[in-house]
Amino acid sequence: MKARGLALQAALAAALALLAWWLYSNAAANLTARGIASGFAFLRREAGFEIGETGLLAYSAADSYLRALAVGLANTFRVAALGIVLATALGAAIGLARLAPNWLLARLASAYVETLRNIPLLVQLFFWYALITESLPAPADALQPLPGLFLSNRGIFFPLPGSVPQLSGFNFAGGAGLSPEFAALLAGLATYTAAFIAEIVRAGILSVSRGQRDAARSLGLERRAELRHVVLPQALRLMVPPLTSQYLNLAKNSSLAVAIGYPDLVSIANTTMNQTGQAIEGVAVIMAVFLTISLSISAFMNWYNRRAALRGMAP
Amino acid sequence: MSGPLHWIRRSLFSSWPSALATLAILWLAARWLPPFLDWAFAQAVWQASDPRACREAHGACWAFIGQKHRFILFGTYPFEQHWRPAAASVLLILLWFCSSFRRCWHWWLAAVWLAGLALIGALMWGGVLGLPYVENERWGGLILTLLLASFGIAFAFPLSILLALGRRSRLPVLRYACVGTIELVRGVPLISVLFMASVMLPLFLPAGATIDKLLRAQLALVLFAAAYLAEVVRGGLQAVPRPQVEAAEALGLSYRQAMLHVVLPQALRLSIAPLVNTFIGFFKDTSLVLIIGLFDFLSTIKVSLQDPAWSGFGVEAYLIASLVYFLFCYAMSAYSRGLEAAPARAAAAGLRRE
Repeated sequence: MKARGLALQAALAAALALLAWWLYSNAAANLTARGIASGFAFLRREAGFEIGETGLLAYSAADSYLRALAVGLANTFRVAALGIVLATALGAAIGLARLAPNWLLARLASAYVETLRNIPLLVQLFFWYALITESLPAPADALQPLPGLFLSNRGIFFPLPGSVPQLSGFNFAGGAGLSPEFAALLAGLATYTAAFIAEIVRAGILSVSRGQRDAARSLGLERRAELRHVVLPQALRLMVPPLTSQYLNLAKNSSLAVAIGYPDLVSIANTTMNQTGQAIEGVAVIMAVFLTISLSISAFMNWYNRRAALRGMAP
Repeated sequence: MSGPLHWIRRSLFSSWPSALATLAILWLAARWLPPFLDWAFAQAVWQASDPRACREAHGACWAFIGQKHRFILFGTYPFEQHWRPAAASVLLILLWFCSSFRRCWHWWLAAVWLAGLALIGALMWGGVLGLPYVENERWGGLILTLLLASFGIAFAFPLSILLALGRRSRLPVLRYACVGTIELVRGVPLISVLFMASVMLPLFLPAGATIDKLLRAQLALVLFAAAYLAEVVRGGLQAVPRPQVEAAEALGLSYRQAMLHVVLPQALRLSIAPLVNTFIGFFKDTSLVLIIGLFDFLSTIKVSLQDPAWSGFGVEAYLIASLVYFLFCYAMSAYSRGLEAAPARAAAAGLRRE
């Protein structure tokens, strides 16, 4: 039995090694035939394309591919971080609303969850993008739902301390602005992920047994204190692992930016691959970045989970 | 006190915050619903062959869908042959519908599927029974989405069982190979797996050998779905009580016999509902093939909008796309909820009988 197991494993290892060698030799032959030098030397070459949104990093077409990819990575982080914050807030609100005694509120919240979960995110992103670019007015007639907040087909503009958006020419200047691409991606990611987070929050709170809440109340705790000290610590422990995977999903889903033209890491890598033919390296960069993000988020959440579990257990 | 008034008081105005929420919702509905209904129905253009009718109107342009529905449903498939993808779509949906009944879960279902898929292949490709041949570069629209999802799941499911069993194997090389595959695929976005298949895979094939684009995308989807399904199947495997395996071993069953006849039937039964949920996610994910240039349902809608005469009706187009995807996914999720409820109902019925 043991010998059979060993033989099986040796055969599998040999087959995998053979496959790897076969793929490698094919790739080497193909790359030579196409005149593509494998390796990451191309990262130092001049990128030669403009990026619509560069965030805090300075970038011009004369910069290298490496810098272009760094700008893309920063853009991915920007949209993912904001998306996680918004999705958590919205998801928690909707999850609580589903448990509200108010029938209308609970029904609305569950309709929200059912609808958004059952439509592909990509469709929702296109919808948001079409809504912003086709249905919102031009900057000159921008909607102003709140003083200083402008919604237009060129993006969404809001005031910062000491700087208020002003119409100048065909667009706004001053304040801070979100491009239509960024706004559509952020709205799509946040509202979509919120539907999943709402279910996690609801399940987490329902998992805390009624007896725990009754006990808290009989101890004379107020409703707020009961939630803060009794319900949430127990619910959170259950919520952390599925929340982690939702945050990871959001980060991975931010790669759909490529479809609406937001210059995230994947769309910059895509442009780079098209220009240089370095498909293997391009895909490797994308995979390495996302694997790193995945592993770090799950490491952080594991650490938090242990801490939450221990604190929850402590007398 | 009872009746509707009591219900309203109890469920809409039970407390001050609740009453405020009710009033806020009613106020928002009064403000937003009439303009929306006006846009979507009263002022909408339902039929027009000239886009100018839509541009002059203040409502939604549903006429866009009427004008473009052939392309949206069938892509660039030859126009006079559209009945073939239509028949294939109906056949595929019927296959899924029939497979959803518990009493159909027999070995012959696999045979029915094979026959069905062969028939669909014959319809789509043609070249037999006097049907003209249509190369798969011209397939598109809804049928492509349905085919990618169906073939994807048909191949991913068996593969996922192998991966899940491999992940729990006692043989370290096998285990690490499976863990590595599953975690790698689950750790990266689907789009990078699709890029891998569309731009990277051709570089790894021997010179001269090619796999067409549709098949490459399908391979990527199978791999992606298998990694996610494998984790669901693993959950089911873990839920099978250990004594079941020990009992099988004590009976002298081999590993294969124990898995096939004792462990897997129980594990799969336990994981049906999460499997369906994973499948819903996968069905939605097939829309990503648009990014690598395949003409699935979403892609044909997007391309229709690029017609300059009809551009600018994206909101309407994507609302319709949402509705179609929603109908498919909602049907599946309602089914999955029914499956989850069934054991509870059966248990309750069993208790009543006792």
